[in-house]
Amino acid sequence: MTMRTLALAGTMALMGSASYAACAFENETEVKMLSAGFEAWKSVADAMSECGNVQAELDQEFRTKQPSAFAANPSLYHVGGVSNGTITPLLNDGTIRPLDDLVEKYGQNLAPNQLIRMNGQVMAIAMMVNTQHLMYRSDIFEELGLEVPTSYDEMLETAAKIREAGAVDYPIGATMMSGWNVAQEFVNMFQGHGGQFLGDDGMPTINTDAGVQALETMQALTEYMDPEFTISDSTYVQQQFQQGKIAMANLWASRGGAMDNEEESQVVGLVDAAAAPRAMEGGSPATTLWWDGIVIAQNITDEEADAAFRVVMEGMDTEMVQANNDDAIWLIAGYEPNRLAMGAIATATASPPPPSYPSTSEMGLLHTAFGNEIPAFLTGDRGAEETLTAIEEAYVTSAKEAGILD
Amino acid sequence: MKFRTFAAFVGPSVFMMIVFIALPLIFVFLQSFQVTQPIREMVEVETCTPGFLTQTCTVEVKSQPVLDENGNVQTETRWVGFESYANVLQMGRVWDAISSGAIAQIGNIDFWKALRFTLTFTLLTLPLVIGLGLAIALAVNNAARSIRGQVIFISLLPFIITPVIGALSIRWLFYGDGIVTAWLEMLFNTDISVAANGWAVEFLMMFYRVWHVAPFAFVIFYAGLQTVNQDTLESAIIDGASRWERLRYVIIPHLMPLIVFIALIHLMDAYRAFEEVVGFSSQAQRITLQWLTYDFLQPDDAGNRSISRASASAMLTMIGIVVILMPLLRKTWRDHRGGH
Repeated sequence: MTMRTLALAGTMALMGSASYAACAFENETEVKMLSAGFEAWKSVADAMSECGNVQAELDQEFRTKQPSAFAANPSLYHVGGVSNGTITPLLNDGTIRPLDDLVEKYGQNLAPNQLIRMNGQVMAIAMMVNTQHLMYRSDIFEELGLEVPTSYDEMLETAAKIREAGAVDYPIGATMMSGWNVAQEFVNMFQGHGGQFLGDDGMPTINTDAGVQALETMQALTEYMDPEFTISDSTYVQQQFQQGKIAMANLWASRGGAMDNEEESQVVGLVDAAAAPRAMEGGSPATTLWWDGIVIAQNITDEEADAAFRVVMEGMDTEMVQANNDDAIWLIAGYEPNRLAMGAIATATASPPPPSYPSTSEMGLLHTAFGNEIPAFLTGDRGAEETLTAIEEAYVTSAKEAGILD
Repeated sequence: MKFRTFAAFVGPSVFMMIVFIALPLIFVFLQSFQVTQPIREMVEVETCTPGFLTQTCTVEVKSQPVLDENGNVQTETRWVGFESYANVLQMGRVWDAISSGAIAQIGNIDFWKALRFTLTFTLLTLPLVIGLGLAIALAVNNAARSIRGQVIFISLLPFIITPVIGALSIRWLFYGDGIVTAWLEMLFNTDISVAANGWAVEFLMMFYRVWHVAPFAFVIFYAGLQTVNQDTLESAIIDGASRWERLRYVIIPHLMPLIVFIALIHLMDAYRAFEEVVGFSSQAQRITLQWLTYDFLQPDDAGNRSISRASASAMLTMIGIVVILMPLLRKTWRDHRGGH
């Protein structure tokens, strides 16, 4: 009985690995991947699996697992899916390898802007860009004769008009959930107001005019939002849109596809995207640019790295993009930007352009300090100045503990 | 029992306790006085990242760990005394708040915010759990024998449900346009936003805990009720004691050791409350001490985690539990000694 089960299992495994179809080569080496779990990664992972012997783990908790999994020797995964935020620990610990020779060997189809370079060396291959930008209900804007806002002042005026007309429950949605999300909103707004996070001596320079203005803009926005904004993450805002409860939000481009998903959205075709609003006159759009892409582990053999890279190239090819065009703002050749991609493209090509989210240890610590301290301001428990002081103190404490400040 | 037999029975358990409880505790204790840091250097890095169609390159100076010849991060460990405790307690900000007369600002400092909530949570749910547990036990004990099984089963359900799932189900009843909130809105014709109100969230968290734990108290009390001396009860009835007097002077004294037991367990559990914060996403409004420790341990995107502060916070939580249990433990010890 046991023998028969085993034999059956063996056959199944063989069949599994023989099911490569649209892959240019038959992969013989085992390749394991750990990445985030959103739609774009599912498409890439599926395309990679067509080569056989690929195991992809798509896990939204990847960021806590990845650093230690890649530090193991041999590494527990060959391929990692990262963004400019989550590549930092892998770079710092030296657990990912330079990809220059692999790019030369197999990367003929890569566009130059897909190569993420650190001091000239290619350390990652980007597949898509992501950014928070303005999404709005075109039907409501048309009905009320509203212009698409290009700054936060205009956005607040527009919100007041939408509220007056009573078109939706709440004019504005925003990812202001306590922790990472609200911190990201502050990062957008602070940079949008021309703020610099750290001074030349490495000390935080958050308690400045830019900081106060950023907090005040966020507070002004909350007036037009669902009062339960402290639990409002990207999925929450996405659902608010889908259920027709909000009229505009500065939301992630990667959420655009969900607006036109007929299975869950009541506003198919009614949501348009525009560049992220500016926070001040002549500034860049108040947002940050992100990329998602892959890295290859250091602690694996060169043969494994070779196979892993080839499989990745198959997963990130034109064929995959054509089949999954609307999943992301792809950087891969063959991508046709759709209606909802226009916002992200307008944001990224704005002048001056928004900065990339910085991949540094300091930024990680600052982000945590923002996420922990800002909710007390938004719930009205603490003033702006006190909150900014608390952020600076929290940063100095954790930076000293991490050895970044003396 | 012979000592060898005793040792053979107890040995495995003692071994497990040492490996899984005592040793980690010692490590955490030591870690709370240490800081382990990577040796860092400032390097200038040119980073090129994609825009759409074009690429942006920026040069920035950032701090990076130094790698040794094997490619591992070099770290150094220092003894720092009570620094991590000071960083958790943030006494400087506490004194500032007191000296500037803004006592309420202490409630915005993480540790004190967590302590305030954890204590309120623990001490308010305790009498409710014991009272509700006892009430259910008495009701079931007096219920007709034919329906007792079903009643016991239904009463136990909240205790069987996985904690986070239980918390989520109550959250879904109240948050956003939850059914209960929708009913209340219809009834009073207003807009209600439960999650926007700290006290409402606090109430829900306590409601969930009592709902979840009362069945445990019920089972224990119900077992205790089966051993109440029927002769004493009957003589109390003959003496003309009312239902309330019988409860007050016969049943509760008989159940006292069990009440102390439930109280001990509940105080320990509630002081370590964690799943309520996750289930109700209450981080913006209310946090617990255990959640604070977890938050220190969670790595950020750049992989930093505050292990020293997490250790200090864990030790402070343990000290808190010992302090909060002290009155009950002393009482038990006195009763025990008095009994001889």
